[in-house]
Amino acid sequence: MSQIHVKTIINGDASEFLCAADETLLDVLRDRLDLTGSKEGCASGDCGACSVTMDGRLVCACLVLGAEADGTEITTIEGMATGENLHPLQQAFLDHAALQCGICTPGFLVAAKSLLERNPDPTEEETRYWLAGNLCRCTGYDKIVRAVLDAAKIMRETA
Amino acid sequence: MQFQSPLSVEDAVAFLADDQNARILSGGTDLLVRLRLGHIAPSKIVDIKKIEGMRSITREDGGFRIGAAVSGAEMNENHDLYLAWPGVVEAAGLIGSTQIQGRATIVGNLCNAGPAADSVPALVAASATARIAGPSGVRDVLVQDIPIAPGQTSLKIGELVTSIFLPAQPVNGSDAYLRFIPRTEMDIAVVGCGVSLKLDSAGTVVQARVALGAVAPTVLLVENAAEILIGTQLDDDALSALAEASSSVANPIDDKRGTIAFRKDVSGVLTCRAAKIAYSRAKGTVK
Repeated sequence: MSQIHVKTIINGDASEFLCAADETLLDVLRDRLDLTGSKEGCASGDCGACSVTMDGRLVCACLVLGAEADGTEITTIEGMATGENLHPLQQAFLDHAALQCGICTPGFLVAAKSLLERNPDPTEEETRYWLAGNLCRCTGYDKIVRAVLDAAKIMRETA
Repeated sequence: MQFQSPLSVEDAVAFLADDQNARILSGGTDLLVRLRLGHIAPSKIVDIKKIEGMRSITREDGGFRIGAAVSGAEMNENHDLYLAWPGVVEAAGLIGSTQIQGRATIVGNLCNAGPAADSVPALVAASATARIAGPSGVRDVLVQDIPIAPGQTSLKIGELVTSIFLPAQPVNGSDAYLRFIPRTEMDIAVVGCGVSLKLDSAGTVVQARVALGAVAPTVLLVENAAEILIGTQLDDDALSALAEASSSVANPIDDKRGTIAFRKDVSGVLTCRAAKIAYSRAKGTVK
């Protein structure tokens, strides 16, 4: 099978890769680019563990073909912290113990960051609806929602 | 499998026309799942997102032309579109999660021809048309004539829907869409209902279209709804006649999500609720 040459920007850096026509962006990120922060939960767009942004839009990387990424800008969980400094959302997840096994966490963080970029002061209801496509099977949702609301408050105060 | 991303409709048609096993990729939220499950093994995937106009919402004859690759999120962010056709926009916005909204399109929703497709009853109530391009040229078809059976459309080989056209919303006109699901989010309609109404200046209905989803193999237009509603101000008698009309037209299946009797009953209830919302929007009391 012939490979497709794709040029993209990932977490601010120009990136090129070859992929097969039926290869998903998630498989490209994990298996070709060693960006294993994005997780595969369901591979059908139901769980949100593979959440990334594509041209600023939150999507499931398992429902995007690698070939479609050509000419787009992708951000993943690996682009969230600045060096050793955690993003306020990452710190809030730690402070609120908003994770146990951690598989869903990268997806929740990327999705929550996308929410706060659009809406710096979301209500609890808005937060829960925005994150409805991210599933967590161990911690449950309450600590996660509290962490997001707390991070939003910290980010507003320091903005 | 090949991957093609043509830059023109003509090239897309050419890729599709010479290959019965080619599949169109737009939002990919259904296609990639089927690909992964092995339900389909296309020889070629034709990504239409790089074709000019596919990702834009433009004004046309007082209405809106929505490109085939416009996502639900993009529709929801278009304030003018929401003001004109809130029911259509809300129906599109009910499909899936935030992540799905970032990709899923109403044209995909239509062409997958699922009986429970949320955006389709709203589009039918709105008298929306689909623009189809194919080897023999371009034609416009009413949205209700696209699905012909679960998973099957009236599109011929080599054809694709390039856009949806929503006509100009008349003065004192509006619409609404409601669905019943057992949860609050992320579910498939047990019943869906789209209602589009136009009133005169006194608040009397002068035009009405009602469509039901998930209660038949394809979307249903409640033909006698117009006759029942025109000339009324949605009084109790009109609403109970409307509920009866919807319930009797509904021809649902019995399954774990709802019995036939339940779905028929809910069809009537939802139709009345959606009609009341469309009515108050058209009156300008709610926007």
